[in-house]
Amino acid sequence: MFRLLSEQQKIDLFFEPGNFIEGLKYLGLGMLGIFIVVAIIAGVTILLVNVFKDKK
Amino acid sequence: MEFLIENFGQVTWQHMVMWLIGAVLIFLGIKKKMEPTLLVPLGFGTIMVNVPFSGAIGEHGALQTLFNMGISNELFPLILFIGIGAMIDFRPVLRNPKLMVFGAAAQFGIFFTMCIALMFFEPKDALSIAIIGAADGPTSIVVAQKLDSNFLGAIMVAAYSYMALVPIIQPPIIKLLTTKKERQIKMDESNKPVSKFAVIVFPIVVTLITGLIAPESIALIGFLMFGNLIKECGVLNGLSETAQNSLANIVTIFLGISIASQMKAEQFLQPATLLILGLGLFAFIFDTAGGVLFAKFLNLFLKKKVNPMIGAAGISAFPMSGRVVHKMGQDEDPSNFLLMNSIGVNVFGQIASVVAGGLILAIAAMMGVI
Repeated sequence: MFRLLSEQQKIDLFFEPGNFIEGLKYLGLGMLGIFIVVAIIAGVTILLVNVFKDKK
Repeated sequence: MEFLIENFGQVTWQHMVMWLIGAVLIFLGIKKKMEPTLLVPLGFGTIMVNVPFSGAIGEHGALQTLFNMGISNELFPLILFIGIGAMIDFRPVLRNPKLMVFGAAAQFGIFFTMCIALMFFEPKDALSIAIIGAADGPTSIVVAQKLDSNFLGAIMVAAYSYMALVPIIQPPIIKLLTTKKERQIKMDESNKPVSKFAVIVFPIVVTLITGLIAPESIALIGFLMFGNLIKECGVLNGLSETAQNSLANIVTIFLGISIASQMKAEQFLQPATLLILGLGLFAFIFDTAGGVLFAKFLNLFLKKKVNPMIGAAGISAFPMSGRVVHKMGQDEDPSNFLLMNSIGVNVFGQIASVVAGGLILAIAAMMGVI
């Protein structure tokens, strides 16, 4: 691990490669979450559009 | 006489660099027409806050007051979302709801960038940087503020600059990941009629579903859908006109210039800023790649293939991304009209990016950041 200190702001940048592996779990959760939400919205939309048609 | 000129002695090279950055943002907005509604006020505000002892910032400074009024509580971007929602027509995606999945896939860059950013930044900043990939200014502001990121200024510059650069960023990535034959695939346009009832109920349903799954996102998605509802209901035309025009313009002025209060030299001029700009570009690249590769994956199972380029239209940069994909299709085959499909995906990308913002906040809660 190395640390680079910005003198003015004293905000540390660091390099922890292990955090990438940790982050993959959240990547999986995030993508799963978004696909679940979108699948539900798509399903409800298909229902909405097919059930409630304009009367001719 | 001394008191008139003593401030000149306080000017540092960092101030001058920020004046130059402000001038560049103004140039990009005016001359290159890159997101002028944000870059011009942001650029001008950058110059204002980087004058020694600037009266625009500090406890009673005007920009600080505006920031406290509408950015620190996320109010300005949420109100802007009402205007944006009132400008959107969801009929293209209602006619062909299957296109929504590409909006989801094109948010991949957000979460992948999160993994990369976690190697260099604390989680609250890594998540705030990742949301640049939402290609959505208000979502980026809301998430970065809720997470109390140290880098709001840099995140905003990155988000709005890359949104304007979509016609330059996306085509090389799309060409790299697709063959000529794939780019020439034609897709049917859906002319399925959509009832007024469905158009009115859609924003209500989306708010409920998204809010139940990711309650942290309900303000974001709710304000966007509220704007859409006042447009589609047909009985609030005055409010819809106001939301799309006056309200959106007023809030945009306040938002652009008050974000500039975060563009002080000591905050912006640090090594982290370059890294943030790089990660932001990375997010856009992997959003594009995620959408295209997902479409190619689906094509393995579909008899009627989709043009994989429409996956790239799932990012929230509306309508630029949809038009870029359509133009690339026309370049390969002038008889290929992808616009309805690409705009449908692009429109839904607005919702998908807000959902992604809510999920980032949910992830932050899981990490114990909020």
